[in-house]
Amino acid sequence: MLKHRVIPCLLLKEGGLVKTTRFSDPVYVGDPINAIRIFNDKEVDELMVLDIEASRSGREPDYGLIEQFAGECFMPLCYGGGIRTVEQAQRLFALGVEKVCIQSAGLADMSLIRRIADRFGSQSVLFSLDVKKGLLGGRAVHRRSGSRTESRPWRSVIDEAVGNGAGEIVLNAVDRDGTMKGMDTELIRQGSQGLPVPLVAVGGVGSLADIRKAVDAGASAVGVGAWFVFYGPHRAVLITYPRYDELVALLET
Amino acid sequence: MHVAIPAIQCGNFASVVNIIAKAGGTARLIEDPKELEAFDRVILAGVGAFDFGMSCLEDGGWIEPLDRLARGGRVPILGICLGMQLLCRRSDEGVRPGLGWIPADVLRIDVEPGSGLKVPHMGWNTVKVMRPNPIMPTDGEEQRYYFVHSFHAVCDEPSDVIATALHGQPLTAALGRANVMGVQFHPEKSHRFGLALMRRFLEWTC
Repeated sequence: MLKHRVIPCLLLKEGGLVKTTRFSDPVYVGDPINAIRIFNDKEVDELMVLDIEASRSGREPDYGLIEQFAGECFMPLCYGGGIRTVEQAQRLFALGVEKVCIQSAGLADMSLIRRIADRFGSQSVLFSLDVKKGLLGGRAVHRRSGSRTESRPWRSVIDEAVGNGAGEIVLNAVDRDGTMKGMDTELIRQGSQGLPVPLVAVGGVGSLADIRKAVDAGASAVGVGAWFVFYGPHRAVLITYPRYDELVALLET
Repeated sequence: MHVAIPAIQCGNFASVVNIIAKAGGTARLIEDPKELEAFDRVILAGVGAFDFGMSCLEDGGWIEPLDRLARGGRVPILGICLGMQLLCRRSDEGVRPGLGWIPADVLRIDVEPGSGLKVPHMGWNTVKVMRPNPIMPTDGEEQRYYFVHSFHAVCDEPSDVIATALHGQPLTAALGRANVMGVQFHPEKSHRFGLALMRRFLEWTC
């Protein structure tokens, strides 16, 4: 039987690895190649690397760096950040990246997802959405880059991406990012309801039990940031990943 | 060991080249079928649609020279993902005939509505090895591999099935006969399990 995937999500900023809290205060956590090598040795299910600066500063992906990442990954690698054209996606695939993750450019024009999916298949293109809780408890799309606010309801944005061929949806709970205080299971429930493609839930994991709760709420995969790079109350940097038998025991029905 | 990878289309060849290097061999993408003679094994890799894959083989003039190698029985050939499906006779995904080296048809994966199972079959799955074979260990240790596919091969001869993976029903995870083997999963993305498979492929003599 297929396993639920547990995916380290690494954030890149100016070539270094950082970890944010609620999408702010990036803390430097080390050299990305070193971290990726460790995650490869730990036999992680998959790896996601997102450049949080690229779209904001209008930069293209750092192909040289990404090629080095791909050379270290004997598991699927997903890259996101600054991808605006099919040609950029093609260049990433040729370097050894399996999946590209689209956000800003997709919010501006979903046809980018369609064009990548038509050429390389839906399995190769993910759409990622950041959702934030408002003061009154409602949830709305949060935009990392660009000044335009998003007025469409978050769930219909996801459905539009799927309609355009996105093979997986990455759903980030902004308020949980970096907190390690548990995931927004209600968001995961609403996001996975009737979704025909896998949902990768991200934001808030601080324990194995949190991963199990996300899976029970409908996630096909769980993305983990802070919990895999920080250790202890003072958030010392330590790269970790659960043992395979721990994950098997955790996710058994 | 020197592995030729026909550069038939844009695929994730970089990862295949990487894992062969890590397994102790060398691999090169080749553009010209005449170069095949300089290599002692061949990997057919690629992603995309069945007809597109066959038309790439045809347009590049690969079919006749590869056919000779396959039928010659001496040069090990490994198909990966779409490359495995191309070894079969035909596919639900297209109308072109396949290479036909393995008597098998490629069918769309059917899942029970309401089962919660999705197509594509995507992610890590364990496999059951059905018989001794040159590329996958049969020592009973659990092996897991990374899969992404919406179609699966169904063999005429059960003895051609090397391994299966369960996704509602058993799907062919690996198949082969004589010097031709195919795997539906991506060994180049399957950690030490894929690495062990590649090492065995490099050591395999026909």
